[in-house]
Amino acid sequence: MKTASLALAAVILSVTSAAAQPSTLTGDVERGRKIFMDVGCHQCHGTVGQGGNAGLRLAPNPRSADFIATYIRKPPLVMPPYTEAALGNQAVADIHAYLASIKPPPPISEIPLLKQLAP
Amino acid sequence: MTQGPKKTKDAAHTVGRRAFLAAAATAGGAALTKPQAALAQTQPDVRPATPTVPSAAGAAAETHPPAADSLTVGRTGSDFMVDVFKKLDIEYLAMMPGSSFRGLHESFLNHGANKKPEILTCTHEEIAVAMCHGYAKVEGKPMATMLHGAVGVQHASMAIYNAWCDRVPIMMIGGNTLDSTMRRPGPEWAHSVQDNAAIVRDFLKWDAQPVSLEDFSETLMRGYSLAMTPPFGPVMVVTDSELQEHPIEGKDPPMSRVTVPRPPMGDMGGLIEAAAMLAKASNPVIVADRLVRTQAGMNKLVELAELLQSPVIDRYGRLNFPTMHPLNQTARAGPVIAAADVIICLEVVDPWGVVNQLSDVVHRFSRRTAKADAKVIILRADELLVHANFQDFQRFPNADLTIVGDGETSLPYLVEAVAKAVPAASRAAHQARRAQLEEVSRATRTRLVTEASFGWDASPISVARVHAEVWDLVKGLDWTLTGSDMGFQSWWPQRLWKMEKSYQFAGGSGGYGVGYGAPSSVGAALAHRKHGRFCVNIQSDGDLMCNPGALWTAVNHKIPMLNIMHNNGGYHQEWMHVQRMAARHSRGLDNVHHGNVLPAIDYAKLAQSMGMFAIGPIRDPAELGPALRRAAEVVKAGEPALIDVVSQGR
Ligand code: HEC
Repeated sequence: MKTASLALAAVILSVTSAAAQPSTLTGDVERGRKIFMDVGCHQCHGTVGQGGNAGLRLAPNPRSADFIATYIRKPPLVMPPYTEAALGNQAVADIHAYLASIKPPPPISEIPLLKQLAP
Repeated sequence: MTQGPKKTKDAAHTVGRRAFLAAAATAGGAALTKPQAALAQTQPDVRPATPTVPSAAGAAAETHPPAADSLTVGRTGSDFMVDVFKKLDIEYLAMMPGSSFRGLHESFLNHGANKKPEILTCTHEEIAVAMCHGYAKVEGKPMATMLHGAVGVQHASMAIYNAWCDRVPIMMIGGNTLDSTMRRPGPEWAHSVQDNAAIVRDFLKWDAQPVSLEDFSETLMRGYSLAMTPPFGPVMVVTDSELQEHPIEGKDPPMSRVTVPRPPMGDMGGLIEAAAMLAKASNPVIVADRLVRTQAGMNKLVELAELLQSPVIDRYGRLNFPTMHPLNQTARAGPVIAAADVIICLEVVDPWGVVNQLSDVVHRFSRRTAKADAKVIILRADELLVHANFQDFQRFPNADLTIVGDGETSLPYLVEAVAKAVPAASRAAHQARRAQLEEVSRATRTRLVTEASFGWDASPISVARVHAEVWDLVKGLDWTLTGSDMGFQSWWPQRLWKMEKSYQFAGGSGGYGVGYGAPSSVGAALAHRKHGRFCVNIQSDGDLMCNPGALWTAVNHKIPMLNIMHNNGGYHQEWMHVQRMAARHSRGLDNVHHGNVLPAIDYAKLAQSMGMFAIGPIRDPAELGPALRRAAEVVKAGEPALIDVVSQGR
């Protein structure tokens, strides 16, 4: 039914506009960097998302903004949850933009201190 | 034979025995050479009848006696105690001074010539005990400390707890004034205790308060012998101040001697059963924690692993297994445990945690990470020394076979039993497993080195980079790593460095009591000094701020060590905990630093203020290598140095 599908479309629209998927939003690198520090992602994941024994590596080449949003809303393991109330989707889009801006390191062969440690 | 204070009920004898005997022992000029006991019985009461008041009056009383030569004494109890002490061949005694052991303090210095033990000055008793802790794990024998009555013991308590949890031998002498009529009013009362060791008894292996010199002699020997019997532990002998300062009447009491007991070995039947289980297993796994004390122990563990060609997981309570050995699969503990059918836990503090996990979520739950039917064998001495109150004994392990005995002592017998139990037919399968593990090990090492490259040029400097830089510095030296366990450093040293000597790392604090890293490192560096080893301490900032005075002790006693600040600006672990709480509540994520951060502390200046060479703060990773090399020159010349590195959280 046309009216019904229109109504459904309206509902979907209103839902998505209330909580637009991060991928539909434009992230800001500098703002994302600041949020990543302020809300403490860097504590476990490192300031450039390099990871450590408290959190996985997130950058370079981060997961999609939508993946990050879904993940941090309901982390399946030990990572603490970041609800939408605490961290909106715009903030996630910004974090994603920051993580995406992080350049990969040079290859090991170009870092003598690491090259000597490689097997 | 009793040399302790002899009490009198005579009202006229309200004399302080110390003053009375001092007078007695020295009266008559040349009388020092005469038997003091005889003199003591003939001398008059020289003390003023009125009770003394603190300090000034007390001092007056002690300077009041009529005969000038009655002010001195000859051989006292403390001299005898020092002679007993010397039998233990203890190299050092770390302490903060305290009047309840002033007699002993002086006797160590003058009668004992400040040698064996040599006194090291500390600015806090927690530092003194943690130094003993670090030293004992390197040297394999205790050093000593003296703790002031009541107050010193309380200061020391956290460090004692760490040593207890880590099962490390320490000889502690406590001061006290037992006879209440002998205490000067004021501080001496506040520093006297009915039962001094009771304050910390929950985490002592043993303690005693001898009442005579002969009793002291036996007690000290018993204490040493108990401290040095696995499971090791800190012991405390409380010495009465009167017993220390009392002149010896007549001959010395007999002196005891100590022979360190042979350590307990696990039941041979149990070891044979364990060997049979391991030999039959398709996927045996060896887990080691507080196992290895000597190079021979590490070599035996390698032998065991190679007999079975089984993966080894090092929990790093000590350095048990060479980090670059292809069977070292520590970085892959999860999948290795998940695949295991027989797991042997060698001196593992928490075997339950080897095969289970407990999630830190709102409704905590645990799950088994090993197969339901995987068999768990425990070999350790822990069952021989468990106290009830403090819960360092961890969750009940539900093992399939538990063998009680010292792991390192039992290891050669286990190896022998395994060698007999492995059928020739399984050699081929073992070799295949070895080949596969070698390949996995190479891939893991490549992965870890690659991980270390992420954030390579970041500032704050990445913890991986710090350790790659330090490795470049130490790789050609006879080096050793001290401090806490390396969890706060994401285990980067163990992941990147070739560690193959048992003394290159000695594990963490045991009780996870912050404030252990700096002083235990000073103690470890002290033990390494005579071997000429280059000692690196990766020093957390929060840990240093508990006991910064440890740096001063290193300077004052010329203990060479390179302190590298892991300056992440605060209590990073706690910061993450509060953040977790805030995240759970969906609130206040940007203010959780309150109570958790330590910004703007200039650690280089702090070290410099105590006379230590220091560089920093270093924020640019490119500056780190040159700074390390400059500081290393200072350390090689025999002094401590510090570099403040502004680093990532972990
Ligand atoms: C207290 C530590 C901690 C904090 C704070 C934290 N994380 Fe995590 N994060 C983890 C851990 C640990 C994992 C690995 C999965 C697990 O064990 O829960 C993880 C996983 C992730 C993943 C999944 C990575 C993947 O590839 O599977 C993403 C995305 C992520 N975190 C993003 C974030 C963001 C964005 C923030 C800040 C808003 C954040 N995390 C804050 C600890 C943390």
